[in-house]
Amino acid sequence: MFFQTNNRIIGPSWDLVADFHQVFQYDFMTNAFIAGTVVAILAGVVGYFVVLRRLAFASEALSHGGFAGATGAVVLGQDVFLGLLVFTSITGGFMGFLGDRIRGRDVAIGGTLAFSLALGSLFLTISTRFAGQAVNILFGNVLAISSSDLIFVAVFAVLALVMVGAMYRPLLFSSVDAEIADARGVPVRFLSVAFMVLLAVTVSASVQVVGVLLIFALLILPAAAAQHITAQPSHAIALAVVLSVAYVWIGLLVGFYLPYPPSFFITAFAFITFVAVRGLLTGVAGGRRARRS
Amino acid sequence: MVLVSSRIDDPRVSPDHAADAAVVLDGVAVALGGRTIWQHANLSIAHGGLVGLIGPNGTGKTTLLRVLLGQVRPSAGTVIILGGSARRGNPRIGYVPQRKTLEEDLALRGFDLVLLGLVGHRWGFGRASADDRSRVVEALAAVGAESYADQPVGILSGGEQQRLLIAQALLTNPQLLLLDEPLASLDLRSQHEIVHLVDSLRRERNMAVLFVAHDLNPLLEVLDGLIYIMDGQPVAGTLDEVLQSDLLSQLYDTQVHLHQTTDGHRFVVGA
Repeated sequence: MFFQTNNRIIGPSWDLVADFHQVFQYDFMTNAFIAGTVVAILAGVVGYFVVLRRLAFASEALSHGGFAGATGAVVLGQDVFLGLLVFTSITGGFMGFLGDRIRGRDVAIGGTLAFSLALGSLFLTISTRFAGQAVNILFGNVLAISSSDLIFVAVFAVLALVMVGAMYRPLLFSSVDAEIADARGVPVRFLSVAFMVLLAVTVSASVQVVGVLLIFALLILPAAAAQHITAQPSHAIALAVVLSVAYVWIGLLVGFYLPYPPSFFITAFAFITFVAVRGLLTGVAGGRRARRS
Repeated sequence: MVLVSSRIDDPRVSPDHAADAAVVLDGVAVALGGRTIWQHANLSIAHGGLVGLIGPNGTGKTTLLRVLLGQVRPSAGTVIILGGSARRGNPRIGYVPQRKTLEEDLALRGFDLVLLGLVGHRWGFGRASADDRSRVVEALAAVGAESYADQPVGILSGGEQQRLLIAQALLTNPQLLLLDEPLASLDLRSQHEIVHLVDSLRRERNMAVLFVAHDLNPLLEVLDGLIYIMDGQPVAGTLDEVLQSDLLSQLYDTQVHLHQTTDGHRFVVGA
């Protein structure tokens, strides 16, 4: 790895200008920061709706399903992001079509998840050329993002964000109460499918940064922490974005100076923040609830 | 004034008649998945009328609401609502669906929940306009929910949540309000408050209300009439017509008694 071959980097000088200069003199770090930031913004926004729609487990299944798509792409000599995108979009679209019926289908989702991972392991055995790819797909390798990958991810992220903006209010309405939204003429079924495709794009992009196994770190944990802190949708979305971008930046910087992968630090910061916020605010909310009843 | 009527003799609905009733069903039948849920529905609900909808579980009460909302297309007959045909997304119909309570950790303030009733069907995003916000504040005031509009809805009591959902349904100034078991899982005081809130709202706004309920007692003081679904047919009647021990016993397939206190209050008791 880079860190072992370059002895000049020992630790931060704590002179921020000098440190940033040092970090960004490497193209792969610049790419990692841009990709990480783009993905974090998208994951923060989409994650808000994932938590609201209670699709955390479904999105986990979607990302694991992506493992089969990603390894399948490796077998076929195709781009990993493309393989992820195709596979997760198809599974996501189907899950969206099932809509509300997906809730409580833990066993069916878990079974699909296991089968996808098994399929992925089969593909890996078939393709002996890229054995090292497996670890990257599972845990992410943001430092390995190429400039062409970066453009690909950025284009899809921007498209996805435009999509969220276009359907923000009906999506929020149908996420909060599908029944009332349907009665008011909101196309609930269409939104359900569209959102799952959106989630598929987000998951595929996030895998580049944190891998299929650590997707929770960017997609769920910042949004869940934000929803514990504020009950105002626009504030919660903004906070989720700020948190996930902060995790990625801190993770990348710490990972730059320490010989451990950034995805570990990103996930660790996300988890610690979530636990702290939940612990602190559950006490407050509990007290508030107790007074009301 | 007859606020609810059942016309078993099936007269043709004249345009005049349709114009002076909020809801007119003429020979309506509904089939779901090939099974007839109910049929021969001939009834009307007058403007400003408060009508209860009763019947055992699974007889098609919610289906009747869904027909009025345009979500279920009848297999026969004519539905006229507020002078037009039933269609999805009609802003002149307010709807509060059946539910237990909102999820406890739902991160949404009461204000945001109510606001969705006004802007939730519009595409795109954007800050609510001053006009929209003042309409939300008005609706919150109409149901007496101002004091907890800034709280996350999940931590509110069942009665408070019902008020918010009614406020949400009122935003478009509906002329017909459909409430699906709003009293379920409420304590006695909240039941009483919601019933009187709905009664005063429909009087102020001359808004017809169809109120699905299992327990009739909290409603008896304010109802103008009742619709019951028996043997696969929705039938409307006045309180005196429907509140008969033998009719209710037959409807619920269990012994039901009707008691009257010395000051004229009636109440229904299951054996």
